[in-house]
Amino acid sequence: MPTADEIKQRIEAAIPGAHAEVEDYTGGGDHFRASVTAAAFAGRSRIEQHRLVYEVFGAEIGGPIHALALKTAVPSNAEADAAASAPTPSR
Amino acid sequence: MSTPETNPIRDAIAEAISEHEVILFMKGTPEAPACGFSARTVAALQATGAPFAAVDILPDPRIRQELSALSNWPTIPQLFVKGELVGGCDIVTEMYETGELAQALGVEAAATPQQPVQEQQQPAHGLGIENRLG
Repeated sequence: MPTADEIKQRIEAAIPGAHAEVEDYTGGGDHFRASVTAAAFAGRSRIEQHRLVYEVFGAEIGGPIHALALKTAVPSNAEADAAASAPTPSR
Repeated sequence: MSTPETNPIRDAIAEAISEHEVILFMKGTPEAPACGFSARTVAALQATGAPFAAVDILPDPRIRQELSALSNWPTIPQLFVKGELVGGCDIVTEMYETGELAQALGVEAAATPQQPVQEQQQPAHGLGIENRLG
């Protein structure tokens, strides 16, 4: 049964430069709401942005993770600068 | 176990998506949604006044499996417009709030009160994918 913090860490580990806020909105460990900001979203449609996040969890979505409500955004310049100064894996 | 060559459920889903300009795969029906996410998506669609077809995925678990395999999207509901996946509850709700949904559906943003939405255009015959299995 994942916790909101685990979900957050997994998103941030899998998507370079991502910042996630995750809430377990029923407290039951299976319904989560995540707000994810990542430079990796730039130039991608909403569908593609959400897919990137869903892909972190694969078949767990619809299984142990019953719901993962998403809001995605590209960081503003200030946040992008902060992300750029953080070490990011080379591609 | 179905053989890889014949997949009547996936074929029926693909056919339904291509035959309906606006089609929502959901849990339950627009009149009686069986999940809060489906209910919110239906409400956003109805608020635009655009007609849409709806498929209940609950009668057969294989519908959901095949739909997600086809669309590469793990959750329900899923809205398709002109054969393309637009999104699930989060995206549709967000698009409704920004007015993009009405635009995508080819209707005026509901600045003026719409005619009663009661007369939702529903397919004459229920769009039951499970009914298409010979």
